[in-house]
Amino acid sequence: MAKVCFVPGSGTLAAYLSGEIDHHAAQSLRCEIDAQIDARLPELLTLDFSGVTFMDSSGVGLILGRSRHIAALGGRLTVQNPPAAVRRMLDLARVTYA
Amino acid sequence: MKMQNQVKITFASRSVNEGFARAALAAFLVQLDPTVPQLADLKTAVSEAVTNCIVHAYPDAIGPVTMTAALYEGGIVRITISDRGVGIPDIAKAMEPMYTTGDPSERAGLGFAVMQSFMDKVRVSSTPGRGTRVTLTKRLEARD
Repeated sequence: MAKVCFVPGSGTLAAYLSGEIDHHAAQSLRCEIDAQIDARLPELLTLDFSGVTFMDSSGVGLILGRSRHIAALGGRLTVQNPPAAVRRMLDLARVTYA
Repeated sequence: MKMQNQVKITFASRSVNEGFARAALAAFLVQLDPTVPQLADLKTAVSEAVTNCIVHAYPDAIGPVTMTAALYEGGIVRITISDRGVGIPDIAKAMEPMYTTGDPSERAGLGFAVMQSFMDKVRVSSTPGRGTRVTLTKRLEARD
């Protein structure tokens, strides 16, 4: 079961992800994050993975899909705080993170 | 190579069962006392294989997915994920990184690349119209 909590700022939106991100969870996370992007039109969306306990390549698809979505609206996306297991997946997919 | 234990589970190709497959595998592997990274590797590879069944094998229907996990002497784990779905016409193409027949804006096309990276050996056999079988093998190094 994955969850996402949002913290909006001035021109920014942080999405704090937690739980297990697989293809099943990614479907609802995608809808929740896209709804926030569309409502707030942030210049910078930060996806924080510090609370994620499992992630397969569906999580990579979630990141790439959100990156394309926000780029089409003139914004950009960053990824931060991935735990070790998530870092391995991101490294494999060549997704950069802070 | 002598088999020490085996479990076989069949479940519906519903996405909620991706987590079930991982949890069932983890419960079976408790007897090996795997490390956290070892268990993460196995769960990730299984999650990719099961997701492939759900997304690609049965694109417009629900069908059976069977997971067999077997333990052999020497800490060898062999997991087979099989379906009776549409099959893969070109296995070599399907296994290319970034290749996907799913929604390219939401699928990374990394499923087989992840399986190959996280396991020692990945074997795929498929017959179009009959289904696909993915066999994942990994030897778990004993703890120090």
